[in-house]
Amino acid sequence: MLNNLLTLVIWVPILAGAVVLATGSDRNAVLARWLALAGALLGLIVAIPLATGFDSTTSAMQFVEKTPWIPAFNIHYHLGIDGISMPLILLNSFITVLVIIAGWQVIQDRVAQYMAAFLIMSGLINGVFAALDGILFYVFFEAMLIPLYLIIGVWGGPNRVYAALKFFLYTLLGSFLMLVSMIYLYFQSGGSFDILTWHGTVLGMTAQTLMFFAFLLAFGVKVPMLPVHTWLPDAHVEAPTGGSVVLAAITLKVGAYGFLRFILPILPDASHELAWVVIMLSLIAVVYIGLVALVQADMKKLIAYSSVAHMGFVTLGFFLFNPLGAEGGLVQMVSHGFVSAALFLCIGVMYDRLHSRQIKDYGGLASRMPVFAAFFMLFAMANSGLPATSGFVGEFMVIMASSQVNFWYALVIATTLITGASYTLWMYKRVVFGAITNPHVEEMTDVNAREILLLGVLAVLVLGMGVYPKPLTDVMHVSVVDLLAHVAQSKLP
Amino acid sequence: MPVDMRMLYLIVPLAPLFGAIVAGLCGRLIGRTGAHVVTIAGMVVSFIASVLVFQDVLAGHTFNGTVYTWLALGDLRIEIGFLIDALTAMMMLVVTFVSLMVHIYTIGYMHDDPGYQRFFSYISLFTFSMLMLVMSNNFLQLFFGWEAVGLVSYLLIGFWYTRETAVYASLKAFLVNRVGDFGFILGIGLVLAHFGTLDYATVFAKAPTLANETITLWPDSPWSLMTVIGILLFIGAMGKSAQFPLHVWLPDSMEGPTPISALIHAATMVTAGIFMVARMSPLYELSDTVLSLIMVIGAITALFMGLLGMVQNDIKRVIAYSTLSQLGYMTVALGASAYSVAVFHLMTHAFFKALLFLAAGSVIIAMHHNQDIRYMGGLRKYMPITWITTLIGSLALIGAPFLSGFYSKESIIEAARMSHLAGAGFAYFAVLAGVFVTAFYSFRLYFLVFHGKERFHQGHAHGNEADQHHHHSGVPQETPWVVTAPLLALALPSLAIGYMTIEPMLFGDFFGHAIYVADRHPVMHELNQEFHGAMEMGLHALTTLPFWLTAAGVGLSAFFYLKRPDIPAALAQRFNFLYRMLYNKYWFDELYNWAFIKGARVLGSALWRRGDQNIIDGFFVNGSARLVERFSRLLKAFQSGYIYHYAFAMLIGVFALVTWFARLN
Repeated sequence: MLNNLLTLVIWVPILAGAVVLATGSDRNAVLARWLALAGALLGLIVAIPLATGFDSTTSAMQFVEKTPWIPAFNIHYHLGIDGISMPLILLNSFITVLVIIAGWQVIQDRVAQYMAAFLIMSGLINGVFAALDGILFYVFFEAMLIPLYLIIGVWGGPNRVYAALKFFLYTLLGSFLMLVSMIYLYFQSGGSFDILTWHGTVLGMTAQTLMFFAFLLAFGVKVPMLPVHTWLPDAHVEAPTGGSVVLAAITLKVGAYGFLRFILPILPDASHELAWVVIMLSLIAVVYIGLVALVQADMKKLIAYSSVAHMGFVTLGFFLFNPLGAEGGLVQMVSHGFVSAALFLCIGVMYDRLHSRQIKDYGGLASRMPVFAAFFMLFAMANSGLPATSGFVGEFMVIMASSQVNFWYALVIATTLITGASYTLWMYKRVVFGAITNPHVEEMTDVNAREILLLGVLAVLVLGMGVYPKPLTDVMHVSVVDLLAHVAQSKLP
Repeated sequence: MPVDMRMLYLIVPLAPLFGAIVAGLCGRLIGRTGAHVVTIAGMVVSFIASVLVFQDVLAGHTFNGTVYTWLALGDLRIEIGFLIDALTAMMMLVVTFVSLMVHIYTIGYMHDDPGYQRFFSYISLFTFSMLMLVMSNNFLQLFFGWEAVGLVSYLLIGFWYTRETAVYASLKAFLVNRVGDFGFILGIGLVLAHFGTLDYATVFAKAPTLANETITLWPDSPWSLMTVIGILLFIGAMGKSAQFPLHVWLPDSMEGPTPISALIHAATMVTAGIFMVARMSPLYELSDTVLSLIMVIGAITALFMGLLGMVQNDIKRVIAYSTLSQLGYMTVALGASAYSVAVFHLMTHAFFKALLFLAAGSVIIAMHHNQDIRYMGGLRKYMPITWITTLIGSLALIGAPFLSGFYSKESIIEAARMSHLAGAGFAYFAVLAGVFVTAFYSFRLYFLVFHGKERFHQGHAHGNEADQHHHHSGVPQETPWVVTAPLLALALPSLAIGYMTIEPMLFGDFFGHAIYVADRHPVMHELNQEFHGAMEMGLHALTTLPFWLTAAGVGLSAFFYLKRPDIPAALAQRFNFLYRMLYNKYWFDELYNWAFIKGARVLGSALWRRGDQNIIDGFFVNGSARLVERFSRLLKAFQSGYIYHYAFAMLIGVFALVTWFARLN
């Protein structure tokens, strides 16, 4: 049993999804919900031994499984995790439970299909984080788009088809170039699709450069990096709450993960040579997006833009080539998983009551929903990077790491202290404070037990990680140090 | 070091935190009484523990140790820990004492407020944050406390969240502070980059070896590392301690309930910047450039913010400008390397300014939340305790000999006179002129409120819109004991603390190694030469310029506001531009609104519409979609389904091929 933990982590949610799907029409909606919750919880439970049994003193892959899949091309069903992927699998399994609960009452239409889509997506994303074979990775990487595409396209808002298609084509564009690169690597490495083998494959500068841009496009779209970020606000606005939560909390992380698993270790020379590209794009993103977020009238768009700015910290941290920066980026990924999930849930709570995401339709919420206002305040502060919340830790680490490399990087990136607080708290002020102007706000009721559970769990995590982030960085430290040592070595022939 | 002392250190911040959590999360359960009992109990415990810690420090015990490791990456360990020395112990006493008084006072002041429990939770949380800030032994925790006090300040300024002005003021305060924090975190980043640690002791020990280190910010212009770090950290102090040009948030913060104006925006939080620079004295001593800058900024704040206090009509705003000005005084002392003087003034100011604010709150209660001093007057008959305590506070503030403010302010003026740094001449002039200004606006307020004609029955058209239900009749009444007892308790140190402590704090070895002054900056030494005891200092002052400036200020305001109120009105008419400039606070708000708030929104809109919508989406994304569409429409045209179209195309094709082959042959 323990030898196949990663298989379980991938397939338990997918099979659970299939079972939920089998309940069929909405007459069995109650059954579908409970089955989905059971499946998601089971998925989380099988993921927990990955953390408890994890050995954080080694950078070697753990819980490895390897069996031939397509022998003709030397393709394997090869799984394994290190300190970089383990936290992400747990984050994903955890968020899946949350989105199932979040969709409990809100989704009344095609319930089984909705729940199943999330479960299947969860398994596929775990596959992305666990795959050590290039083709296996690619299959999971592409397959996870399908449920998300359906979630936006079926349960989304009025402009959902445009958003879903934009999202799908944007992400597909990059991944074809990635596939070409992978096939090239297959030949260069002497006929292997093993990612770890690729880490040692000798590559010329031209090849590295070309592949750098191919991978950068594939993963950069997902992150998303400037200027290929415009699908994200549209996708968020149209997606149902659960879709936004997964999109922000998990799928963005897949792109960032690709940087660490592919670009840095496979293309170390190009990474060093072209680091300035990523650094510049990240710095511009933080400032540009910070200003753009300020003028958004739609709360979801605002948080979507804020996601882009926050992910700018991640990509910047990775390309500073020091442990503080890289781990800061990873911490930021996990933190953003909690904080953005919480913020989208908060917007969902409001949307369910007033059916609007426009800031101007609100105002004075604190008078009607004090408990909600308190939660929302906490997450808004976490989004502004306030110390003692998780949002601070990653930002702090990346700012500190930038100061070590170049003072001006630190100066630009630290402007987020001002812009991040401006757009988040200005929105908060207009939505929550002030006198009630919209009579419908008068009728809004405070959060119910289910919503308190969701937001409460996230609040504990956000605060816990802010007060004591050491356990998280302890898990990833050895793997990150090893990765950076690897990146420091040239692979030129 | 006995283990029980360490427990005591933990108890000091955790007791208020416990109170805050209980009152905050279980507010409905424990009710109003429960909320103030639990938070005040926490404060009492914290205060007693602070007293014990203080005694222990006086006995010569200091402590520097870790509570837990926050983050560890290989050799880099970032920890949460305490540094307990004389500077910390003194701050702990001031914070817990003033906070305790404010807690008690709040029972009376917030009596009818629906947010009673929430308020107690916030002020206890504030006390926790402030204590973490002053007790820190490293830069990370300092930043924690730094931002946390900012957060609670934000929550408390916007406490009455349905009031648009309060909410606006809270956001303004938070964002202006964030501008300061922006510099602050960059300073911390440079410290980590060049010292490899965030631990105070290690950084301070290593600082002299990096005194001549330079960094290249742009090609061919090396900057002294210590200067850059010093400036960046000081930007943080400018935000928190409201120094020019980041002072704009403090007057607006008066939108918050009065108890927090006393606690946060007078006695404790705003002095965090002063405390920080004093704590960092081993770094600041290494750069004369930064010290000069600090002195000039402080001098500008001390004089020009004081001038604004002369024309304000809101009782709290007058005191707020006075706070700004006094913070400027402390900053001047820092720049003159007289750190202990700055901290000394910080302490005396904490007592008398908290007193003045709480007394103002008492007046505000009696005036049914009208805060306009033009509609007060003659209150001394009705509110004897508030009157006497305000008088004590005001005398302490203007530096009347033998009162606490006298000793600290006189020392600052002398320190500025003796400093040899660039800018010291201006600083000396500013703090000297400031003495007159302080005396004038303080007694303008005092006379308008407590003396002269009773004007509180004249309409409230211009009053603060604080209270919607102020239909009152009859005469003002003295406030209940929960309000007046803290006034009396704060009046005692306002009277005597300066006289009692000047000798050990400035010229004794009270601070020991907590504050470092380089031999190049002998200001404290020279002050010591002149000092012959507190009594002597008070007597001597009667013959000096500052005393006569003070007397002139008081005399002029008495003449203006008791005898000839027509003169100030005429002057305002005559010098209309000057008056409007002061009344509008030099138009800083307008400037910042235009340059930053409006600017950012215009820029954001432009980037969004041009960048995201027009270029990226419009041209690239949708443009490529249109391109595909057009191309496929073209292709579609070829597949019309008519046989003769296909036949025609074939014919052309055959013709072309034949021609081509023919040419080849």
